[in-house]
Amino acid sequence: MSLLELKEITKRFGAISALQGVNLAIEAGEAVGLMGDNGAGKSTLMKIIAGNFPPTSGDIRIDGNLVSFNKPLDARNSGIEIVYQDLALCDNLTASANVFLGRELKKKIGPFSMLDYRGMNERAGELFTELKSETRPRDLVKQMSGGQRQAVAIARTRLSDPKLVLMDEPTAAISVRQVAEVLSLIKRLKDTGHAVVLVSHRMPDVFEVCDRVAVLRRGIKVADKSIDQTSTEEVTGLITGAVEAA
Amino acid sequence: MNNTTKKTSTGSDKQIDHAAIDASITQRQEVSAIGAIIRTQPFWVFVAILCIATVMTFVSDAFMTERNMFNITRNFAFFGIMALGMSAVICTAGIDLSVGSLLGLCAITLGLTMQSGWGIEMGFIVCMLTAAIVGFINGFLIAYLKMAPFVVTLGMLAMARSIAMVLSNNKMIYEFGPDMELFEWIGGESMLGVPNVVWLLIVMTLIFWWIWKYSTWGRWVVAIGGNAHAAKLAGIPVERMIVSVYVVCSMCTGLAAFMFIGYTGSATNGMGVSYELNVIAATVIGGANLMGGIVYAFGAAIGAALVELIRNSLLLAGIPALWQQFFVGLFLILAVLLEQIRNRGR
Ligand SMILES: Nc1ncnc2c1ncn2[C@@H]1O[C@H](COP(=O)(O)OP(=O)(O)OP(=O)(O)O)[C@@H](O)[C@H]1O
Ligand SMILES: [Mg+2]
Repeated sequence: MSLLELKEITKRFGAISALQGVNLAIEAGEAVGLMGDNGAGKSTLMKIIAGNFPPTSGDIRIDGNLVSFNKPLDARNSGIEIVYQDLALCDNLTASANVFLGRELKKKIGPFSMLDYRGMNERAGELFTELKSETRPRDLVKQMSGGQRQAVAIARTRLSDPKLVLMDEPTAAISVRQVAEVLSLIKRLKDTGHAVVLVSHRMPDVFEVCDRVAVLRRGIKVADKSIDQTSTEEVTGLITGAVEAA
Repeated sequence: MNNTTKKTSTGSDKQIDHAAIDASITQRQEVSAIGAIIRTQPFWVFVAILCIATVMTFVSDAFMTERNMFNITRNFAFFGIMALGMSAVICTAGIDLSVGSLLGLCAITLGLTMQSGWGIEMGFIVCMLTAAIVGFINGFLIAYLKMAPFVVTLGMLAMARSIAMVLSNNKMIYEFGPDMELFEWIGGESMLGVPNVVWLLIVMTLIFWWIWKYSTWGRWVVAIGGNAHAAKLAGIPVERMIVSVYVVCSMCTGLAAFMFIGYTGSATNGMGVSYELNVIAATVIGGANLMGGIVYAFGAAIGAALVELIRNSLLLAGIPALWQQFFVGLFLILAVLLEQIRNRGR
């Protein structure tokens, strides 16, 4: 029984058919690289799994149970965390406020429960340290660099202990040191039995940490292979269409 | 800043030197507390108030008298209370144009209730209920039917005023039943030399300060103002929050109405006409940004104070009252300009 099983997922936006009958299964402790050209439907698939919108048709199963997510919170409660491609941050809040948005730490003083700034800043600081990101928890996200913003979005997924982490281009704007850290985070997640889906245009990253690679082309899954049985050349061909399917 | 030792056990190699650097980064803050205050709009508006007040002490002997100070604070308190609620709405990038009409409507429902012999408690409940219902309708249309706040509340401006006229049958109410004396004391009198309504403003400002700084509700409202889509993805019930924001704004107006009628000792359906302009001006002068995401509790009171100070100063300086709105408008534009300039400097 797979941790996550997608069956015949189709998604239409009006006349645009973003996904057409995609099947995908992910096991615990496995990292799957999801690749494809711009507009291939990668983010759409991630958002369906994360409960942003329902598929037009198709089934989603978690641990064998059929689920239907009406909102992102449902997916989160089922153990799915996501780093969005556009990061989905509030610029007017601090880094730590963004990390804890929607699940703020609180402390009780008499009958009043109030935001625990110190607790949140410290925890966010630990998470940034873990990611080797020089991000100050108290700084406004507005003033941050692309890499720091990405660290904030990734730190968010570390608050709970999710079963599945979806990362939509988490390394697009970060430095070499931080890329290594994100990749080592993915390895740690695998070692502790978590599953990861990594969407990336960076071939070396996918080949370094993923066990399998799935390729989408115009909404259709054209390949789903173990990393040892493919090569960067083949994957490149699959993405561009030079190789029809594999 | 504190000196808590940071955890370094994150599982990967050669942590020690990074950890030390990162810990110091974690603890660092961009600006000091005073620096942070100096950067805010309310601080500069407060400076402007001090400047105008200093000038006025030379212009008019009547300015720095206890009587005049009493009047100024009492007058701006009504607007300040309404501006506190308006700040919440503007923080979500919304606007509430119906507060002036709502003041008139609350005046009538409250007046009719007490006139017909009910006690002050019932009057208060009816007044607040009127406000809550109007706020709920505004909020529901805006949050769930995704209608533009400007249009919804403009419609409500017309409707609330009309209902006030219908209910009052266009008559003035000046008889407030058995609790009339207490009612007029609450709205019009003072404790320890400070008008009751000013006490109310002080208490409410502190409550709102706490809400914006320490409550989840406040944090979520600010988040929605910053990026409503991201807030939604983070699991915040955005629609419900927006409804609550409009209800809170209306209920602040309800409270102001309760105090205002007690103070004037009469209720007419024309009360509050064009107040929305002053309230929005006070809120924006106090640092709120119509794009949303910024809110200061003290800004509402300080903005209202500046608007009233302008009015009072013109009066004492012998400038015709016809100039009042001109100067309120001028300061409104200057405040927005000031904010632009400060933002460019970053
Ligand atoms: N909300 C939406 N409304 C309408 N069309 C959409 C929407 N979201 C995505 N699409 C369309 O669906 C298709 C797939 O988009 P998607 O964002 O999934 O691509 P992607 O593989 O993530 O691309 P990229 O590598 O550029 O991030 C595109 O044609 C896009 O225009
Ligand atoms: Mg994408």
